Amino acid sequence: MTELPLIGDAVAVGADAPDARRLAGARIGVVTFPGTLDDRDAARAVSLAGGTPVALWHADSTLGDVDAVVIPGGFSYGDYLRAGAIARFAPLMSKIIDAANSDAKLPVLGICNGFQILTESHLLPGSMIKNDHLKFMCRDQVLRVENSSTAWTLDYAEGQEITVPLKNQDGQYIADEKTLDALEAEGRVVFRYVGFNPNGSRRDIAGISNDAGNVVGLMPHPEHAVEVGFGPESLDGIGGSDTDGLGFFTSVLNKIVGGAK
Amino acid sequence: MSTSAETVSKKFNIDTVENAAKTPDTELPWAELGLKQNEFDEVVKVLGRRPTGAELAMYSVMWSEHCSYKSSKNHLRQFGEKVTDEMKKDMLVGIGENAGVTNLGDGWAVTFKIESHNSPSFVEPYQGAATGIGGIVRDIISMGARPVAVMDPLRFGAIDHPDTARVMHGAVAGIGGYGNSLGLPNIGGEMVFDSVYQGNPLVNALAVGVMRHEDIRLANASGKGNRVVLFGARTGGDGIGGASVLASESFDDTKPSKRPAVQVGDPFAEKVLIECCLELFKGSLVEGIQDLGAAGISCATSELASNGDGGMEVELTSVLLRDPTLTPGEILMSESQERMMAVVTPENVAAFEAVMDKWAVEYSWLGEVTDTGRLIITWDGEVIVDVDPRTVAHDGPVYDRPYARPEWQDGVQADAFTGSVQDAGRPAAPAELAAAITELVASPNMCDKSWITNQYDRYVGGNTAMAFPDDAGVVRVDEETGLGVALATDANGRYTYLDPYQGAQLALAEAYRNVATSGAVPMAVSDCLNFGSPEDPDVMWQLAEAIRGLSDACMVLGIPVTGGNVSLYNQTGSTPIHPSPVVAVLGKLDDVARRTPSGWREDGQAIYLLGTTAAELDGSEWSNLRGHLGGLPPKVDLAAERALGEILINASRDGMVDSAHDLSEGGLAAALVESSLRYGVGARIALQDVLDRDGVDLFTALFSESQGRAIVGVPRSEEVRFKDMCTARGFAHIRIGVVDAASGNLEINGVEPLSLEELREAHEATLPKYFD
Repeated sequence: MTELPLIGDAVAVGADAPDARRLAGARIGVVTFPGTLDDRDAARAVSLAGGTPVALWHADSTLGDVDAVVIPGGFSYGDYLRAGAIARFAPLMSKIIDAANSDAKLPVLGICNGFQILTESHLLPGSMIKNDHLKFMCRDQVLRVENSSTAWTLDYAEGQEITVPLKNQDGQYIADEKTLDALEAEGRVVFRYVGFNPNGSRRDIAGISNDAGNVVGLMPHPEHAVEVGFGPESLDGIGGSDTDGLGFFTSVLNKIVGGAK
Repeated sequence: MSTSAETVSKKFNIDTVENAAKTPDTELPWAELGLKQNEFDEVVKVLGRRPTGAELAMYSVMWSEHCSYKSSKNHLRQFGEKVTDEMKKDMLVGIGENAGVTNLGDGWAVTFKIESHNSPSFVEPYQGAATGIGGIVRDIISMGARPVAVMDPLRFGAIDHPDTARVMHGAVAGIGGYGNSLGLPNIGGEMVFDSVYQGNPLVNALAVGVMRHEDIRLANASGKGNRVVLFGARTGGDGIGGASVLASESFDDTKPSKRPAVQVGDPFAEKVLIECCLELFKGSLVEGIQDLGAAGISCATSELASNGDGGMEVELTSVLLRDPTLTPGEILMSESQERMMAVVTPENVAAFEAVMDKWAVEYSWLGEVTDTGRLIITWDGEVIVDVDPRTVAHDGPVYDRPYARPEWQDGVQADAFTGSVQDAGRPAAPAELAAAITELVASPNMCDKSWITNQYDRYVGGNTAMAFPDDAGVVRVDEETGLGVALATDANGRYTYLDPYQGAQLALAEAYRNVATSGAVPMAVSDCLNFGSPEDPDVMWQLAEAIRGLSDACMVLGIPVTGGNVSLYNQTGSTPIHPSPVVAVLGKLDDVARRTPSGWREDGQAIYLLGTTAAELDGSEWSNLRGHLGGLPPKVDLAAERALGEILINASRDGMVDSAHDLSEGGLAAALVESSLRYGVGARIALQDVLDRDGVDLFTALFSESQGRAIVGVPRSEEVRFKDMCTARGFAHIRIGVVDAASGNLEINGVEPLSLEELREAHEATLPKYFD
């Protein structure tokens, strides 16, 4: 682990503190497609974690000089063909795919629709189909962090349970048995639903990573659990905490800054 | 991107203005289009000739009840007349624009409005409810605001009627499907089941948006030579009511014989439209803007032109179509969704087009603003509409519909619940009271609504500070300061049926109380008046009384009506719905961190009941459960509401309360259960002091729906200060109990202990039982 601030601490650090300055030097791209909804939330999460959010437009042909990328939730292109199926062909996506697969291993986080885009892009295996109960569902979901060594989970402990909002229509994760077995064997199941499987996902899988651990996708929304007063505890009041999701963003910032040292 | 007409040759037998003047005796389908003889005669008089087919289409739809408010206008005036200086001080834009605008301070303004989409939602619940959200959101964008939240008050038929599930599944999925895709948190609403709404469900939709003062936009077309542009979705054949009669305009038999009367929504197109409009506003690229809703292009052109200072000329073949067989009249009437019309200066045309191209939004330039004072619409250069736009948009017919207090009203009011057949065996023993409370909180109207609200995204945007099931939805506006707004909607059809004047006031009082309970200062009102046929003098009386009551009450509470909507003809055969004025109140919180949730959490905190309780069971949820509707609704005391509101707001601001929940439907019993279940923390309650002071029995104390009451959780350190404040303000307050975190029960002296687990099970099982 790094000696840099852990979950939540980054925000409290004064702007002049060396750590805060270093974190703010990390630039996290947040991609907007037509129909993206949670881009401002993701940018806010990056800021609250101490980093600098950079708005990226789907039609851009360059990633600029971002150190990591978040593909936020929403309904890109209305999800009309299949969630993520059209967004996958955006000019920016080919840059993201190249950068994620390059030696530099650009950290990429796909949340909800972003996860769907990552599977459509074949950065992550498997796919999402309609929830087994066929309805949109918004609820606070308990997740278990199964792998705390990915770029986006370093600040969590393995086995830690966190509560973050979940909200989707097409959240049922599926893959063939061989793929599922491989994911399990390689420790690439990063998050599992605890207590209640909200959509029928295979093996309670909520999120997975690629082989190298730089690309992570999950259906629940950590960017909605980063601020006291606006997260699960405040809105639903049923346990957990308002800021359980902040660790995603501090993890990647600490990795970026730590790696640069 | 195509910017002008793909000049398809339009082989219609066009009814030009010239032709109309020459053929005065041509039969026109005005009756099929919904005009009355006197109205058609008026059109002829205004024009000095018979209207063309296209003009007839415009007048018929713009003079409809829905667009012209012809039955309610004479009464609605009171909202503009009964206005004090206090009410005007924060109003930046009043009634008449797409939505009213209220000053929030710090350079921020807020706009909100509630509208109905009732009949489409009965015919096709999914699309009807979805496009209801779409329409109200476009009203908010039209003001220059970024929409930030939606709410949806719903009223459906009996929970166990086979058709209710159809409407429920469709409407809830439609609201979610559309609203969730727009990225707007759904922060509250209502759900009432009553057989009076079986054939006329009410699907109302509220949207709220925020903007900086300098960004406020109005719907007017000014400046000769400015260009008129239509952008967004293409125009199709959806939402054309009764337009098939216009098929006579065409000699082309290939067109579809039947057009769908319900519009079909495309939330993705709307989301893109929102972002694209906000970018236009940011660059100050539009002079005037109007959304296309009811009456489509007819409404947009005539309203923009008549609100401006000149006229407008529009070439209708330039409209981009989904269906090339549409006739001019159909194009004018089409209610295709996700369209906007704007006025752009010639200098800004290129910049405007760049924004459209960035968001891949289709647009077409239709014409320009003129100084002739006429709205002229051409079809391939031939004039098919030549009217004074005011006569279309504003000078429609206005009716003084006859109204009279119904003969049956006295009989209904004389039929009190107490002592009625249905009141036999009123619970009194501890076990009976416990069973009654459980029955109440499991009943269709009082049960947990998360089956519905879990299908809506309450998180998106990251600014939701409170949402259902708390008393009001709260959204942060300014991330630096925490400035935010609170919103609540309320209506009670039963109260309003018993006494429409008081019923409307009770709706306002409850919404006001809900907002104050959250800690917000009430600022403005929007109303959606859902009633039966105005041609029935009984219904017209209900409407007149409700408007009179609401406007009087707004004066007393000092908050103005800034906009709203009237929905009439909500009846099946000759049976109208209960008069249902749905009232939305908007309030302001200087810092949303100060909001007060509805449930208690901390062990040992004192629970206070504010206000006094009388024996008021008529129209209550309890009497409804027993199948009784008669008597008089609870008394309204607006001065007491104001005093209570000030206490709740001060208490929130000064940190004197940790929880607050208003008492309304279901009375104290419902409030105690809800405050306990909110965070799963129990309480011990003793009501003897209340019974002694107010002279009521335990059942009445629990189930009466007396107004002007709330329960609050007070930290021990604040108790003295809180009591002193209530005493100083002369407001009744009694400590009724204490939060008990360990017991897992709600214990009320004289009632068998209620386990929270069993209460929750009863509370949450009802909707899944009927709808899963």
